[in-house]
Amino acid sequence: MTATASRRVLSTREAYGRTLVRLGELSRDVVVLDADLSSSTQTSLFAARFPDRFFNMGVSEQDMICTAAGLSLSGKIVFASSFAIFITGRCWEQIRNSVALPGCNVNLVATHGGLTVGKDGASHQALEDIAIMRAIPTMTVIVPGDAVETRKAVEAAAWYDGPVYIRLTRENLPVIDSDERPFRIGVGWEVRPGRDVTLFGIGLMLHAALEAAELLAHEGISARVVNLSTVKPVDEHIIVRCAVETGAAVTAEEHNVCGGLGDAVGEVLLRRHPIPLERVAVRDAFGRSGDPKELLEYFELTPQAVAAAARRAIARAKR
Amino acid sequence: MKLQPLRTRDPEQLRAIARELRVSILRTIHHAASGHTGSSLSCIDLLTCLYFAELRHYPFQPDWPERDRFVLSKGHAAPALYAVLHRWGYITSEDLAQLRQLASITQGHPDSRRCPGVEASTGSLGQGLSVGHGMALALRGQAQRVYVLLGDGELQEGQIWEAAMSAAHFRSANLCAIVDANRLQIDGLVAEIMNVEPIAAKFVAFGWNALEIDGHDVEQILRALEQARATTDKPTVIVARTIKGKGVSIFENKVEWHGKAPNAAQLERALRELGEPPTAAAP
Repeated sequence: MTATASRRVLSTREAYGRTLVRLGELSRDVVVLDADLSSSTQTSLFAARFPDRFFNMGVSEQDMICTAAGLSLSGKIVFASSFAIFITGRCWEQIRNSVALPGCNVNLVATHGGLTVGKDGASHQALEDIAIMRAIPTMTVIVPGDAVETRKAVEAAAWYDGPVYIRLTRENLPVIDSDERPFRIGVGWEVRPGRDVTLFGIGLMLHAALEAAELLAHEGISARVVNLSTVKPVDEHIIVRCAVETGAAVTAEEHNVCGGLGDAVGEVLLRRHPIPLERVAVRDAFGRSGDPKELLEYFELTPQAVAAAARRAIARAKR
Repeated sequence: MKLQPLRTRDPEQLRAIARELRVSILRTIHHAASGHTGSSLSCIDLLTCLYFAELRHYPFQPDWPERDRFVLSKGHAAPALYAVLHRWGYITSEDLAQLRQLASITQGHPDSRRCPGVEASTGSLGQGLSVGHGMALALRGQAQRVYVLLGDGELQEGQIWEAAMSAAHFRSANLCAIVDANRLQIDGLVAEIMNVEPIAAKFVAFGWNALEIDGHDVEQILRALEQARATTDKPTVIVARTIKGKGVSIFENKVEWHGKAPNAAQLERALRELGEPPTAAAP
């Protein structure tokens, strides 16, 4: 953690909870639902402040999603939260048919996405959520890179007309964003400049990409790091520009290799400017119990793995 | 066409409206050569009482905030809802003629983004009670009420019982579920495929007020809706015993008429039974 050791490390979940309270103060139409995980998702902050606008639906995620749709159809600005695995996996069809199809302004904010849920193991580790949410027409998918970007994304989702999925992790993340930088859904952000390769990262793996860039710099490789926090609609403009300017690319995500950021970037490159692309992701496997750090090493979602992927992409580009 | 009043509590007039709507449903489905005949006919007396006697709504402003809400959770009965919306002027005869067509607002299952008067997009069974309950929560403390029409086969969906639990938990007395208990589902008898009885007792166990009526008896329907409105501490379910395909002998209690459209000869016979001049004209 050399590159980020000096940075503040904050909980994205807590940023979500605090932002909900602020939104609740701004508009009486903001309502929040949870499925018995409000202390984990931090919607408990909103519940304590606005008990009459908070609905704990119990361990009934499907009912929660469709209740959220009904509240939205009655003009409310709705946030619904649970762990990523339950909200997206168990409720996919409810989200598709009752939320997205009628165009409800329901914001699904899932915590505990990816491997770093930790000791709870495979049943609780969502590695497919980005893929299945991305597949739903009109759905927006955002994976914020830190607590500051989480606040901005949640605010943007509240005023955005249509369904939004925001994926947060259990792990706290170093703060790299600033309050001043404007956030727009669908716009990527060049976090670190570079010439030889572009590292596209999201969430926790954005930080691995930044550390990888530091490692590569010692070898004389200039790696650009881009935060593609909006995975859908993905920022095609910045992907193509980086492809043209650096000629090689890596994606890094805490997600299965199928259907996530790697595929979102790959689709754009294939269609508009094919260049060598290496994907750092879980290689079509389920998770398992372990410490977050231990798990990231076991599944090779490390700065070293991102750096190695960058070297491979550059070597392929030279062939 | 003989003009009937739009809003009435007179059983004779409601029966006359329901008869007209049956004709409209059958002509529409025949014209589209696709649609759910049996399911639409079993619930049309319930819809007639709701839309012509009970619900406050305003066709000139479909999103009038003071309106009561209706969710057709058994979305496959869309032709019945469209017939009602057409008679109220939410949609046109041309819309009925376009049932299930590419550019239509009258899609195969109700689409709230396209069709005025449709409150929620439905069609995937088991979700409408939760959606309706969300509306009821949004309208808490206000005069508006929310009605959700369910099928009896639909009660096999687990989410129905999640919603039954949460609506009772939140004491959502402004929510009224109506079960169109026509005893049939696609593969056969509900009792044989996957028994859902006793329906009323189940809802009572979940904390609901439950009423059981003949779903084709207009007086009983009106009385049940009144009792639901008078219940202020819990949601109400009206278990309406109905006959699938009700009103036309060749469709009644026939499982094969769940999702089939009548041909010209069948339509002619049906219209005759309903006392309508036999024309295969546009709906």
